[in-house]
Amino acid sequence: MIHRQKIGLQLSYPSPLSLKCYHEGPPLFVIEFLHRVWTHFRFDYFGVCSEPVIKDNVVVVYEVLEEMLDNGFPLATESNILKELIKPPTILRTVVNTITGSTNVGDQLPTGQLSVVPWRRTGVKYTNNEAYFDVIEEIDAIIDKSGSTITAEIQGVIDACVKLTGMPDLTLSFMNPRLLDDVSFHPCVRFKRWESERILSFIPPDGNFRLLSYHVSAQNLVAIPVYVKHNISFRDSSSLGRFEITVGPKQTMGKTIEGVTVTSQMPKGVLNMSLTPSQGTHTFDPVTKMLSWDVGKINPQKLPSLKGTMSLQAGASKPDENPTINLQFKIQQLAISGLKVNRLDMYGEKYKPFKGIKYMTKAGKFQVRT
Amino acid sequence: MSAAPAYSEDKGGSAGPGEPEYGHDPASGGIFSSDYKRHDDLKEMLDTNKDSLKLEAMKRIVAMIARGKNASDLFPAVVKNVACKNIEVKKLVYVYLVRYAEEQQDLALLSISTFQRGLKDPNQLIRASALRVLSSIRVPIIVPIMMLAIKEAASDMSPYVRKTAAHAIPKLYSLDSDQKDQLIEVIEKLLADKTTLVAGSVVMAFEEVCPERIDLIHKNYRKLCNLLIDVEEWGQVVIISMLTRYARTQFLSPTQNESLLEENAEKAFYGSEEEEAKGAGSEDAAAAALPARKPYVMDPDHRLLLRNTKPLLQSRSAAVVMAVAQLYFHLAPKAEVGVIAKALVRLLRSHSEVQYVVLQNVATMSIKRRGMFEPYLKSFYIRSTDPTQIKILKLEVLTNLANETNIPTVLREFQTYIRSMDKDFVAATIQAIGRCATNIGRVRDTCLNGLVQLLSNRDELVVAESVVVIKKLLQMQPAQHGEIIKHLAKLTDNIQVPMARASILWLIGEYCEHVPRIAPDVLRKMAKSFTTEEDIVKLQVINLAAKLYLTNSKQTKLLTQYVLSLAKYDQNYDIRDRARFTRQLIVPSEQGGALSRHAKKLFLAPKPAPVLESSFKDRDHFQLGSLSHLLNAKATGYQELPDWPEEAPDPSVRNVEVPEWTKCSNREKRKEKEKPFYSDSEGESGPTESADSDPESESESDSKSSSESGSGESSSESDNEDQDEDEEKVRGSESEQSEEDGEKRKTKKKVPEGKGEASSSDEGSDSSSSSSESEMTSESEEEQLERASWRKTPPSSKSAPAPKEISLLDLEDFNPPSVQPVSPPAIVSTSLAADLEGLTLTDSTLVPSLLSPVSGVGRQELLHRVAGEGLAVDYTFSRQPFSGDPHMVSVHIHFSNSSDTPIKGLHLGTSKLPAGISIQEFPEIESLAPGESATAVMGINFCDSTQAANFQLCTQTRQFYVSIQPPVGELMAPVFMSENEFKKEQGKLMGMNEITEKLMLPDTCRSDHIVVQKVTTTANLGRVPCGTSDEYRFAGRTLTSGSLVLLTLDARPAGAAQLTVNSEKMVIGTMLVKDVIQALTQ
Repeated sequence: MIHRQKIGLQLSYPSPLSLKCYHEGPPLFVIEFLHRVWTHFRFDYFGVCSEPVIKDNVVVVYEVLEEMLDNGFPLATESNILKELIKPPTILRTVVNTITGSTNVGDQLPTGQLSVVPWRRTGVKYTNNEAYFDVIEEIDAIIDKSGSTITAEIQGVIDACVKLTGMPDLTLSFMNPRLLDDVSFHPCVRFKRWESERILSFIPPDGNFRLLSYHVSAQNLVAIPVYVKHNISFRDSSSLGRFEITVGPKQTMGKTIEGVTVTSQMPKGVLNMSLTPSQGTHTFDPVTKMLSWDVGKINPQKLPSLKGTMSLQAGASKPDENPTINLQFKIQQLAISGLKVNRLDMYGEKYKPFKGIKYMTKAGKFQVRT
Repeated sequence: MSAAPAYSEDKGGSAGPGEPEYGHDPASGGIFSSDYKRHDDLKEMLDTNKDSLKLEAMKRIVAMIARGKNASDLFPAVVKNVACKNIEVKKLVYVYLVRYAEEQQDLALLSISTFQRGLKDPNQLIRASALRVLSSIRVPIIVPIMMLAIKEAASDMSPYVRKTAAHAIPKLYSLDSDQKDQLIEVIEKLLADKTTLVAGSVVMAFEEVCPERIDLIHKNYRKLCNLLIDVEEWGQVVIISMLTRYARTQFLSPTQNESLLEENAEKAFYGSEEEEAKGAGSEDAAAAALPARKPYVMDPDHRLLLRNTKPLLQSRSAAVVMAVAQLYFHLAPKAEVGVIAKALVRLLRSHSEVQYVVLQNVATMSIKRRGMFEPYLKSFYIRSTDPTQIKILKLEVLTNLANETNIPTVLREFQTYIRSMDKDFVAATIQAIGRCATNIGRVRDTCLNGLVQLLSNRDELVVAESVVVIKKLLQMQPAQHGEIIKHLAKLTDNIQVPMARASILWLIGEYCEHVPRIAPDVLRKMAKSFTTEEDIVKLQVINLAAKLYLTNSKQTKLLTQYVLSLAKYDQNYDIRDRARFTRQLIVPSEQGGALSRHAKKLFLAPKPAPVLESSFKDRDHFQLGSLSHLLNAKATGYQELPDWPEEAPDPSVRNVEVPEWTKCSNREKRKEKEKPFYSDSEGESGPTESADSDPESESESDSKSSSESGSGESSSESDNEDQDEDEEKVRGSESEQSEEDGEKRKTKKKVPEGKGEASSSDEGSDSSSSSSESEMTSESEEEQLERASWRKTPPSSKSAPAPKEISLLDLEDFNPPSVQPVSPPAIVSTSLAADLEGLTLTDSTLVPSLLSPVSGVGRQELLHRVAGEGLAVDYTFSRQPFSGDPHMVSVHIHFSNSSDTPIKGLHLGTSKLPAGISIQEFPEIESLAPGESATAVMGINFCDSTQAANFQLCTQTRQFYVSIQPPVGELMAPVFMSENEFKKEQGKLMGMNEITEKLMLPDTCRSDHIVVQKVTTTANLGRVPCGTSDEYRFAGRTLTSGSLVLLTLDARPAGAAQLTVNSEKMVIGTMLVKDVIQALTQ
C-alpha cells in the first residue's frame, strides 16, 4: 500500500513494516509514525506484528492505515480513537460478526478527534474504578574487567493502567522530584504545572499508557545491585579454554534479585562448551555462538555459578577479545534511584477509585566486559 | 497511483482508460476474456442487497489490491455501492475508489454526486469524510468541484472540516498545479485560523504548496508560536521546521559576534604552532573589529519562538524533540543551545532507527558545538550489542568530543574497542584514534605508539588500518620517526592487505632518506614478488623504485630498471602507463631531459600532511533533522535553510523614547498591521482583533481554587520560589524585558473554556469559533498571569481546605507536602490545565461557550514624561482578576525612563484615598536604567465607584501626585450564565433598577462582531448566549459588592436599537448606558 508523496508504506519483505521515502521530510517523523503503526498493530490489534499476520489481516490493516493517514500526513494516531473507529479483531467478535453480519468498523464517527483531550474516549464507564502505576527503572551500565563501573545511569518510566469512569483529573506527586533530571511526558501531562510545582497533573487516557519517562541525573551515584566474577581464558597452545562465571548480589537494599539471565556472545573460534551450572539452565548455540544461562533467583548464601570448558577450533589462534557478558535481572518492590511517589489525588469525579503502585528495577543495557 | 511502481505492470496489462467500459458492460462481459469472467461472483455479491455479502466481496477485492492484482474491471460494480449504508462497506469502497479512480475517470464521476451531497451534511464528520475522499479522487475533470469544496470547507464552522480542507489542498495541488494561486488564497485564510486542530495541517499544506511565500506567515507568526504547545505532535514537527526557516529569513544571527570569538579561541587552543601564530594574528584583527559592531539585541519575536518551543523538548515524540533541537541549533544563541543536549541524549535510549538518526545529527552538532555534549560523553560509550552503524556513529561523536582533558578516558575506552569482534568497528576505531592524534597534539606520540603496537596484532585488517593511519600521522612529522618506519618495513613480509602494503611502500619511498639502508632492501624484496602483487601495491613499488633511483641510484639502478621492465608488460594498463611515464622522467634519454632534470622535484616534493577530519564536517549546511542531512545529499523538495539576513536593522531604533512605536512601525512593514499586538499608546485604544472569546471567569477561578487546594498547605515555600523566579526574570536580558512589555501591553485576554464539551454539546453553533479564540490566546494569557504573579509576592495565599480530594496512595512514609514547593495559582493554569479543570473540577453546570471581552480600555497616561522629568508612566486595565484580592481591579502600570540617568527606588507613597478605596502596592522597582521600561501590577479596590484613586508615586528624589480614574466598565467582571438564568435575574431587576435608552447604530457597527466587540471593550462583561439573532446580552458583577449588571441590546432593522441595563447599582447602570451608547454610536 503506497501513499502518495511523503510516506510510502510497504507491507512486505524484509521487515513487516518498511518504508520508502521519496520526498524531503524529517526522517524521525516517518520513523516515529512507523513505530506508532507498529505499536497499534502489536498491542491493539493483532498481538504480534509480523508479515504473515499482516497478510492475513490485510483488510483491517488497510482500514487502520486509512484512518491513520491522509495523503501521507498522520491523521488519527491515538490508540483510543483508532480502537473506537475500528474494533480490534478478536475470536469472539469474528464469530459474532459472521453470525450477525456486523462489522469491525465502529459505526461511531471519530468524535475523539474533535476533543481537546484526544487521547481519552468520552463516556468511559467502569464498575470497578482502578488506577495502577508501575514505576520501572532500568540500569544501563558498563562494568569493566576489574569490576569497576565505567558508566552507569538510570532510566525510568512510569507506566499506568487507568480504568476510571468519566473524566477524572489526576495529580501525582513525588517525595523527591528533584531526582528526575530529564523527563518526557505523555501529551496529557500539563507541562506548566510540572515546571512550577513538580507535580504531574493530567487527565489520563483510558487503559494502558506510558505516563512519563525519565532519566535520573548523572550526579547521583548509581548503586549497582549485582556483580559478576568471571574467569575466561583461552590458551594459545591447547584447544581447550576455561570458563567460569559467578553472579552475586551487591547493593540490593535487602531485596532479592530475580529473573537473572546471563547471555554472552562467544568468539567465533569457540566450537562448543561443556558447562555445569550450580543452578538454572544454560544453552549454547554452536551456530550463533550465543551462550545463555537462565539463572533465576540469586540466593546470597549459595551464589550461582557456571563452570566448565570451551573447546576451541584446533589450530586457530586464540581470540583477542574475551566475550562481553550481558546481564538481565529484576528486583521487585525497589526503585533503585530511590524515587518515591508521594500521593495520588483525583478531582472531577465523585467515586473512590482503587489505586496501586508498584516499583521495579530491571537491568537495561547491562554489560560486563571481561 | 503515480508512486506505485509495484502495480505498474498490472496497469500496463489492463486495458487503457475508457476502453474497459466495453468489458464492464455486464452483457458483453463474457465475450472478452476469462479474466473478466473471473470476477463474476464478486460482481454478483456486490449487486445483492445483503450487506454481509457486499462486505465479503469488498474484503476480497481489497485483499486483491493488496497483493498487487488488478481489480479495476470491477469498478462499475463497486462504485454503485458508494452510497451503501454499511460503514465498513463504504470505507472499503472509498479505498477502492481512491486506488482506481484515476484509471476509470468517467465511471468515477458517477460517485461524485454522493460526495457532493455529503459536503452539505449537517454532521461535521460526514462533511469532513466526504471532502477527504472527494479530494483523494485524482480525476482532473473534477478539479473545479474540488476547488469549490475546499473553499467552502475552509470557512466551515467546524475546525475538523477546516482541517480536512487543509489536507485536501496539497492533494489538489498535486493533481493540478495551475490552481496554485487559488490554493494560496485558501491557505492564507486557513493560516489565520486560530484552532490548534487546523494549525498543523495548514502549515503542512503551506510547506507543500508554497513554501516560498514566507510573507504569508508574518501575521500569523506569533499565533503559531503561541499555539504550538497544544498542536498535535505531527503538526508540531511541521510547524517547527517551517518556523526555523522563517526565523532564518527574518531575524539577525544571534551568534554574529560570538562566532568570531569562538573560532579564534578554538584555533588558538587546539591548533598546532603555526596555526596558533596565525590565530593570534586574526584574533587581534577580530578584537579590533569587534567594537565596531553594534551590540546584538535579540528580536522579541525570535525570543518568543525559542521560549515557546523549549517545553517541547520534553515531548514523548522523538520527531518533535529533534525538530526543537534543530531549531535551537540553527537559531539560538550559543549560550542557549546547550539545553537540547540532554533531550537528544535521552533519545539515544530509543529504537535503533531513532538512535541512528539522532546520532547523525549529534555528530554534526558536536563538531560545531563540542562543549554542548561534553558532559554526556559517557552516554556515547559503545556497547558490544549495538549494531555496527550505531557503533561507528558513536565513535564519530566520541572523537568529536575528545579534547585535552578527556582524551585519556576516551583513549582508554578506544583500547577496549580495538579488541572487539566486529572488525569494521575496529577499523573505524583506529581511524578515530588517528583523528584524535591529529587534533590533540599532546597525545600524538601516545597514539602513535599505541598504533605501532597494533601492528603486531594478529588480525590483518587491524594491522592494515593501523598502517594507513600511521602513514597519515607520520606525514605530519616524519623526522622523529625513523624507528617506526623501520618497524613498518619489517612488516612487509607479513602483511598481506594491499592497502597496508601500499601505504608502507609509500612511506618508505617518501622518507627513504631516513632509512637509507633498509629502503633498497625492501625494493629488492618487492621486485621479487612484483608479479603477484595487487595493482595498488605495484603502483607503489614503481613509485618507491623511482624515488630510490633519484636519491640512491648507485644501489638501486638495476632494481629499478627491472621493476620498470616488469611493469611494462603488466596486464593492467595503468601500471604500464605509469611505468612508461616514470621511465621517461627518471632515466635521462637523448632527446628529452628537460623534465628529468626536475624529476626529483616532482617526486620528492614536500607534501602537505593530510587532514584527518570528520565526514560530518560540513553537513550542517543541510538543515539538521532533514532527510537530506541524513543522506548527505539533497533530496527532492528540500528547502535550503536560508542564511541569516545580512543587513542589521539598526538596534538603536529600539532605544528611542516610545519603544513600542518604533517597534510597531518596524514591524508594520512585515506584519501588515493585521494584529495590533501592542495596543496603541496614545489611547486610540485599538479594539484588539478578537472580540469574541470568553469572559474570564469560572474556569479561571476554578484553576485557582484547584491550585489552592493543591497548594494550600504550604505558602511559605511558594513565596520563596516566587522570589527565585523573580530574580531569574529580572536577570533576563534587556530584549526579553522589552518584549515582555510589549506583550503586557496587549490588553487581550482570554479564558480557556471547556472546548471539547462545548463543541460536542452544541455542535454546529458558533462555539467552534469561540473556542478557537480562547485557545489561541491561552498561551499569552498564561504568560501574563505568570508575569503578574512574579511581580509581587501574593499576600499570604488563602489556605483553602483541599476540596474533595481523594487520596489514592497513602504511603507509609508520607510527608506533609511542605517538601513540595507550591507556586502561586496563576502559574498553574496552563491553557490545557485550565481547559480541563474548567471541565472537570466545577460543581456548577458546565460553562456554555460564551464570548468574552478581549480588550480593556487602551493605555492611559498617568504621568507625562515632561512632568515626570523623564519618567513616563502609563496604565492599562488588564482585566485579569487581581490575585491578591478578588475585589480589586488589577492595573498594569508601565514605567519608562526617557531621561539620561537611571531612576531609582520607584514605589508608591502615601495616598489620600477617598473612603472605601484601597490600594495594593506593587513591589518597589529598584532601578530603571535610561531607555528601559518596566511594568508592575497593582490592585485598586474602587469600591464600585468611579471616584479617582489619588496616590503618590515616589522615586528616590521626587514625588509625583497621580490619580487613576476608572471607566465604569472596568469596575465589573464577567459572569457566565445561561439564557434562562439571565432572564430570571433580569426579571428581578425591573423598575428602578432598569435603565433603557434608544439609539441609532451607525452603519459601521451593525455586524454582530463589531457590536460585541464594542460593548466588551467598553465594559468588562461576559456575553450570554441568546436565541434571537438581533439581541445581544451581556452579564457581569461589580467587583466590590458583587451586584449583577445585565446589559441587553436589542437591534431593530435600519439601525435602530434599544439598550437596557439592569443593575442594583443605579449609578453604575446609568454611567454604563452612557458609555456604551457613546462607544456604539461613535
